Amino acid sequence: MNWFWYASPQTFYPLAGRIALGCGIAAALLAAAGLYVGFFVAPTDAQQGEVYRVIYIHVPAAWMSMFIYVVMACWAALGLAFNTRLSGMMATALAPTGALFTFIALWTGSLWGRPTWGTYWVWDARLTSELILLFLYLGFIALQAAIDDPRRADRAGALLAIVGAVNIPIIHYSVVWWNTLHQGASVSMAKAPTVAAQMLTGMLLMALAFWAYSIAVTMVRVRCIIREREA
Amino acid sequence: MVDAAISIVRRDLLLAWRRRGDVATALLFFIIVASLFPLGIGAEPNLLRAIAPGVIWVAALLSSMLSLSRLFAADHADGTLEQLLLGASPLGVIAAAKAAAHWIVAGLPLAAVAPLIALQYDLPSALYPVLALSLLLGTPVLSMIGAIGAALTLGVRGGGILLSLLVLPLYVPVLILGAGSVDMASAGMGGEGQLLLLAALLVASCAFAPWAIAAALRISME
Amino acid sequence: MSDYGFYLWGSYAVTFLLLFAEIVFLMKRKREAKA
Repeated sequence: MNWFWYASPQTFYPLAGRIALGCGIAAALLAAAGLYVGFFVAPTDAQQGEVYRVIYIHVPAAWMSMFIYVVMACWAALGLAFNTRLSGMMATALAPTGALFTFIALWTGSLWGRPTWGTYWVWDARLTSELILLFLYLGFIALQAAIDDPRRADRAGALLAIVGAVNIPIIHYSVVWWNTLHQGASVSMAKAPTVAAQMLTGMLLMALAFWAYSIAVTMVRVRCIIREREA
Repeated sequence: MVDAAISIVRRDLLLAWRRRGDVATALLFFIIVASLFPLGIGAEPNLLRAIAPGVIWVAALLSSMLSLSRLFAADHADGTLEQLLLGASPLGVIAAAKAAAHWIVAGLPLAAVAPLIALQYDLPSALYPVLALSLLLGTPVLSMIGAIGAALTLGVRGGGILLSLLVLPLYVPVLILGAGSVDMASAGMGGEGQLLLLAALLVASCAFAPWAIAAALRISME
Repeated sequence: MSDYGFYLWGSYAVTFLLLFAEIVFLMKRKREAKA
């Protein structure tokens, strides 16, 4: 199959529609399965009781937030390297969904923290890194929104995404180090639930559901972008 | 290549000298911001001593960032930037030179003045060398990374604030390491680890950032 | 832990609300793009 045939927005448009439909259905099915396993099959946690079940949203959202950024940076790099229009459109289409999952991860993490740690926010290494990831996403979206010319917006955003991607490991490790240095005595993060097999299944199913959802939403968004720009 | 770099640095320093007011303003901003925190938090000496490294570093971050939007704007306005892009010298070298000039004008004075601020915060004088060294190592990184942001937002509406939003997340490691080095030193454990990591960031940014700045300039200048 | 309901259902509610909102905004954008 000649993949490069789909590099043109016009030929990619119908394919994106088909992918969106398929992945949308898959997302619904996977979510139903994941939530069923998460609520009816997985046992109650010994330490945290029922509230731990936030994990079925929180962890998949966090995984997606990081995964989408990497994918976005890859599309950005492709766009800069090969000067293809569609690659830039894909990166632009991915950003809002990525930012949304980052926010969901932060929000659910915060609501999980209140009953378990006793506080809504704590400068835990992962929450802090996730917050900075949200800023990176928002910066990308803001930069693209501020530039009128779509091609320049794509390329500028692409460079920013790549610089951000290079920085993410550095930021993560510096925050982890900072957190271990400054961790107050009062904050002892409750041990994450020991992951029983059913819990893991639930998390994986929800992660796959979020993945399918992201693909579906991104495909619809990229179709909108194609229509908006190529009209 | 070295000649081009030196002439760019000299030119930028000369231009900055002619606009001494701008340079002084950035430095004054640094001092004022650092003075605001005690007014907001209260003047209890133990508290101030504890927050001093962080406050000084955040003020340095903000001050260094303020002068970034001017980095390429003047040259862009009078057409010099276009000539530099068309010229024979590698754009990366020119970009590095401009960032270096920015550091001399906007970063170096901060490192020099920081001990005075530390005095206001009653930081033990034994920590002044660590503080100054951390700023000396960290502010060039800020200039390099900031120049990428400045090049990306060249001529874009909402420039200054947008630049801050883009660049501040990337500054976080420098901030953590810089303030952390002084914290470690004050705890008696020596800040050498953080200083070495800062030096590593400096070397890495000097190696890779000019390429990114050049790419950003080309993207912005079409 | 007995009042876990607020946190648990709060999390799920906000999540699904946001995902739903994303889809709604996207459908609106799609309609405007086709116009």
